[in-house]
Amino acid sequence: MKKKYILSLVFVMLLSIGLAGCGGSNESSGDGGGDSDGGSADGGTLIFGRGGDSVALDPAAVTDGESFKVTKNIFDTLLSYGEQDTEINPGLAEDWEVSEDGKTYTLMLREGVKFHDGTDFNADSVVFNFERWMNGSEESFYYYKSMFGGFKGDEGHVIESVTAKDDYTVEFKLKRPQAPFLKNLAMSPFAIASPDAIEKHGDKFGENPVGTGPFVFDQWSRNDKIVVTKNEDYWMDGYPKLDRVIFRAIPDNSARLNALMAGEIDLMDGLNPSDVSQVESDENLEVFFRPSMNVGYLGLTSNREPLNNKKVRQALNHAVDKQAIIDAFYAGQAEPAKNPMPPVIGGYNEDIEPYEYDLEKAKALLKEAGYEDGFDMELWAMPVPRPYMPDGQKVAEVIQSSFAEIGVNAEIKSYEWATYLEKARNGEADSFLLGWTGDNGDADNFLYVLLDKDNIGSNNYTYYSNDELHDLLIEAQSTPDEEKRNELYKEAQEIIHEDAPWIPLVHSKPALGGSERVKGFNPHPTGSDTLTKVTLEEK
Amino acid sequence: MLAYTIRRLLMLIPVLFGMTLIVFFMIRAIPGDPAQVILGQQATEEAIKSLTKQLGLDQPWYIQYVDYIKGLFTGDLGTSLRTSSEISGEIWPYLAATLELSLVAMVIAIFIGVNAGIISAWFQNSWFDYTAMVLALVGVSMPVFWLGLMEQWAFSLELGWLPSTGRENVRNPVEAITHLYLIDTLIQGRMDQFVEVVRHLILPGIALGTIPMAIIARMTRSSMLEVMRSDFVRTARAKGTRMFWVVYKHSLKNAFIPVLTVIGLQMGLLLGGAILTETIFGWPGIGRYIYDAIGFRDYPVIQSGILIVAVIFVFINLIVDLLYAAIDPRIKYN
Repeated sequence: MKKKYILSLVFVMLLSIGLAGCGGSNESSGDGGGDSDGGSADGGTLIFGRGGDSVALDPAAVTDGESFKVTKNIFDTLLSYGEQDTEINPGLAEDWEVSEDGKTYTLMLREGVKFHDGTDFNADSVVFNFERWMNGSEESFYYYKSMFGGFKGDEGHVIESVTAKDDYTVEFKLKRPQAPFLKNLAMSPFAIASPDAIEKHGDKFGENPVGTGPFVFDQWSRNDKIVVTKNEDYWMDGYPKLDRVIFRAIPDNSARLNALMAGEIDLMDGLNPSDVSQVESDENLEVFFRPSMNVGYLGLTSNREPLNNKKVRQALNHAVDKQAIIDAFYAGQAEPAKNPMPPVIGGYNEDIEPYEYDLEKAKALLKEAGYEDGFDMELWAMPVPRPYMPDGQKVAEVIQSSFAEIGVNAEIKSYEWATYLEKARNGEADSFLLGWTGDNGDADNFLYVLLDKDNIGSNNYTYYSNDELHDLLIEAQSTPDEEKRNELYKEAQEIIHEDAPWIPLVHSKPALGGSERVKGFNPHPTGSDTLTKVTLEEK
Repeated sequence: MLAYTIRRLLMLIPVLFGMTLIVFFMIRAIPGDPAQVILGQQATEEAIKSLTKQLGLDQPWYIQYVDYIKGLFTGDLGTSLRTSSEISGEIWPYLAATLELSLVAMVIAIFIGVNAGIISAWFQNSWFDYTAMVLALVGVSMPVFWLGLMEQWAFSLELGWLPSTGRENVRNPVEAITHLYLIDTLIQGRMDQFVEVVRHLILPGIALGTIPMAIIARMTRSSMLEVMRSDFVRTARAKGTRMFWVVYKHSLKNAFIPVLTVIGLQMGLLLGGAILTETIFGWPGIGRYIYDAIGFRDYPVIQSGILIVAVIFVFINLIVDLLYAAIDPRIKYN
């Protein structure tokens, strides 16, 4: 009798679990293998899995990469970057002219382009957008200020005027030459938005973006997905290929990989370096590497004892085995750094002789500096993974053990991310792991932003200050001649190398995973990808 | 009963008031400046100052607190510092996602947990008892993120039975009305989507329900063991009542009060504590909403999010207390 009850109850339980499973088996192809909606099926739907949601979809008003990933596909910029580099190419402007003195830029716009709301794109809409930004404030248009030196009325503001010469010609007059001006115009934040839509939606434009880009904004459920659909009237003939793109937020890297392997998403970014080989060995999947435009480094706060001594900083530079770190934590997909900027950037100094991994040299330098017996210091480890630093804690441990060999006793510390940044910015760390991904592919965006004395308290976390370097960097900012400018940056890198305010660690190639059906996808070094030419092959 | 309910509701006021105060101070005590976080690594000092002012964070704390409380009384939960959208307008979809998931998790936990506990008590020291209690011990100690990843590996990658992430088949999206997708799909008569939604609920439901399931099973077992030794059970059996009814009717009813307490507490915990499950399964719930807000120092979202979860938690406990009287007539609220 007893047994019968047990059996029947166990049976009920098993049945309920079993039903759950079976219910799925005949449907699993729905989620797994491409389009089951049977809708406009030609180009198909691409699902892009990423770690976080966007903040807002008004590119001028945001600073986070997750927002740009989407706006890059809804909006176009006046000029665009090359497919996998930051060379200047035509965008909404087909052609451009620069005056002799480098202070007047004339852009000839593409004709017949329409915004998604049906209004015309022309010179007036460009002027409208620039007027909107230059009359703004730093909180609302952060990148505008940072790239163009301020707003209307500010002394540092580079742009004197933006005028429509005729329907399809825009003239920019600058107060002084700005070498990276064209590169700046190609940045995602300076995409041209529909003036009508901006007026109509006001504050809510970030939730109702209207541009001229390859995809039209459709819907957004926060923390879940953003859907964009094909712009049938896109100006580039025959593009985009896809009918629909869905950006899904799946925060955990491993779970996102599971979703990719299960076929629920077609592309993912933030592939763990340690998972690269697994994806490579799966015949249905493919690994993509984003060309490197970043640097991961260990900052040596140069106003703290004993790191204020140049010899000590040089000694520590000799004590890090970068290749070992790359092999262990970047799956080999990075190159050791010797300069504060990656080699793809114009002006990179090839001739710098890197501080080789040599503990004897390091000890000798410490001895010269009077720290023969070593010293104690803090070594801060980033608490969050970033493309240039997939595992801050482990990298810190490796550096810690190398330092121990030259008698430097480093204590690893870590804080929650916002706290970490604030404390490091305040100069509270002896040494700290950090990194940077370039915004516009210009040397200024690395050297000036990260190491000039102007940026102490902002992005120069090491409090490194050198007047000679400062003069070079300022001169380079207004030197339009590319060759001369590159020479200045090369000289700047020599100074930085000698002063050693950082231990430059790596330039990494962040990995992405995708279904092998995804074709024509070329990850862009800036971190936001245009999906215009991507196609999904039938299985 | 009515008087008791009203008294309990009135007691809510100081509880919630105290809670807002604690949350308000705690999030301001941790380092990290919202303006800084919003503007990113590149921001200049003036920008941070000016944004701080615009966000009203330069005001003394008591003015900020009074403003916040005033807003609450008019149903204004504040505005997210990060996205500048009204919290009252955007919180429901997150809450609905978590509610749906927690309810499913609890249904699984209660159904399996209670039954396993009963059978274990009924056949104490049998193989079933030992197995179930070892499993329960494992269940309680299992890290949710590990369980979640293992489930994904087994059921979606290896077996291909169930989807691994999300709430719906995004290629065939549910049109949200109430944001409770089980209900939305039923209202719209979309059985295909309903099945999809159920399938998406199973893995996260099990992951989230495992710990409560184990706790409920252990609690049910010990409570049942105690009751089944009491006199009335012996009498019932002596009368010749079938064992099944003795266990499931007479004993369970008497043993259920502590189990109900555990269920109530666990349900409340799930609402706020589903962050790990939500992260692993890409579930757009309230746990992640609040967690992200902490990373961005989005004070209003943290305050109001925790407030909402706390209110629900308190209400669930109130309902549990009222259910005691319904289950056990000896309990009376005067």
